[in-house]
Amino acid sequence: MIQIENLGKNYGAFQVLKNCTTQVLKGEVVVVCGPSGSGKSTLIKCVNGLEPFQDGNIHVDGTSVGEKKTDLPKLRSKIGMVFQNYELFPHISILENIGLAQKKVLNRSAEEADARSMELLKRVGLSEQAEKYPAQLSGGQQQRVAIARALAMDPIAMLFDEPTSALDPEMINEVLDVMVELASDGMTMMVVTHEMGFAKKVADRVVFMDEGHILEDLPKTEFFKSPKDQRTKEFLSRILTH
Amino acid sequence: MGDFDFDVIITAIPFLLSGLKVTLILTVTAIIGGVIGGTLLALARLSSFKPLSYLAGGYVNFLRSMPLILVIFWFYFLVPLIVGRPIGGFYSVLIAFVMFESAYYCEIIRAGIQSVSKGQAMAGKALGLTYAQSMQFVVLPQAFHNMVPVLLTQGIVLFQDTSLVYVVGVHDFLVSADIIANRDNRLIEMYMAVAVVYFLMCTMGSLAVRILQKRLAT
Repeated sequence: MIQIENLGKNYGAFQVLKNCTTQVLKGEVVVVCGPSGSGKSTLIKCVNGLEPFQDGNIHVDGTSVGEKKTDLPKLRSKIGMVFQNYELFPHISILENIGLAQKKVLNRSAEEADARSMELLKRVGLSEQAEKYPAQLSGGQQQRVAIARALAMDPIAMLFDEPTSALDPEMINEVLDVMVELASDGMTMMVVTHEMGFAKKVADRVVFMDEGHILEDLPKTEFFKSPKDQRTKEFLSRILTH
Repeated sequence: MGDFDFDVIITAIPFLLSGLKVTLILTVTAIIGGVIGGTLLALARLSSFKPLSYLAGGYVNFLRSMPLILVIFWFYFLVPLIVGRPIGGFYSVLIAFVMFESAYYCEIIRAGIQSVSKGQAMAGKALGLTYAQSMQFVVLPQAFHNMVPVLLTQGIVLFQDTSLVYVVGVHDFLVSADIIANRDNRLIEMYMAVAVVYFLMCTMGSLAVRILQKRLAT
């Protein structure tokens, strides 16, 4: 579904991504972790072309992301993305947040869009909040709306960029629960996160990054039991001791 | 002040109102034209297509470094040369104001667009919206919401600046009063009346800005 081949990206002289190769198969859940500044957020933003890259290429569902001729808006409409800071649109209601792209990109009628939005709000447990504005919701609720907004486009894959990093601890689980449910429904997911509990529960593979390199790309059990690189071991011991 | 004559002002009201109408038409048209022009200029300035960005930047910086009165003169003398026939003082100042205010509004609107976090445009893009759609439905509504008070304040300045049209003989509010003042030799009465009207209108404008600010802040 997502093939990343020898991806390289630099900001001027600084290399953020170096020769990264990995893939996410259909129905697979891949967790990407690593210390901050390791390039994992940049990597996931390259997948739907939000970040341009210089070397290598990415294919999503057979479409080359790096190609100049690629219709990026069309490609992005098929890939859901959830951000660390939710990025709901503060000037419109929850219902309109979920409906906007359905109407403008997928050309659904207002009735169709509203019906689909309500269905998804119900799924994330927020039917009551449809008429409210984002600022009236808690962080965890906002992030669940953001997931519903992405799902409303009927995506073929979902990208999560540290979806729980901005949340208060007591709200993390309500978001993770939604993600676990998605995973068990067979959604193809690429998730940048520090939530190793989530990785252990639903990931098929775990990718570990440091300083722009992909250091590990292993099936979940192997990753936690016998990581190869010293830095992975250090990272895991730091993150799992608490 | 013993012979301050209110009747002079009262009998002049119809004539003054026709002048005030010109002033208001100029102000409102220049605000609308300026906001539209300013938005386009701001989008051009923020464009990743460098030539467009530089062109818009050059225009804005050039006009912002010119005195308004000079711009009014230019258009008064230049526009007839370009279109090949006289277009009259009113239309030349109208064009001058729209062009001039566009430059100022551009900078306000550019700041407004930049006040919207980059993540918002990114979220729009991630949903498959095109650049234009994400501007129209996500970024600009938030930018204008943040900018309303500043835009109105600029409108008040503009309202006062329209009095400069006297240099090309357009009969705005101030010129109308001036005509009566000189005809009847009632300078004090007329200039006082003008001052009071400008004062009241600007105060009302500022009040509206403050109320809006309060309402937008919540």
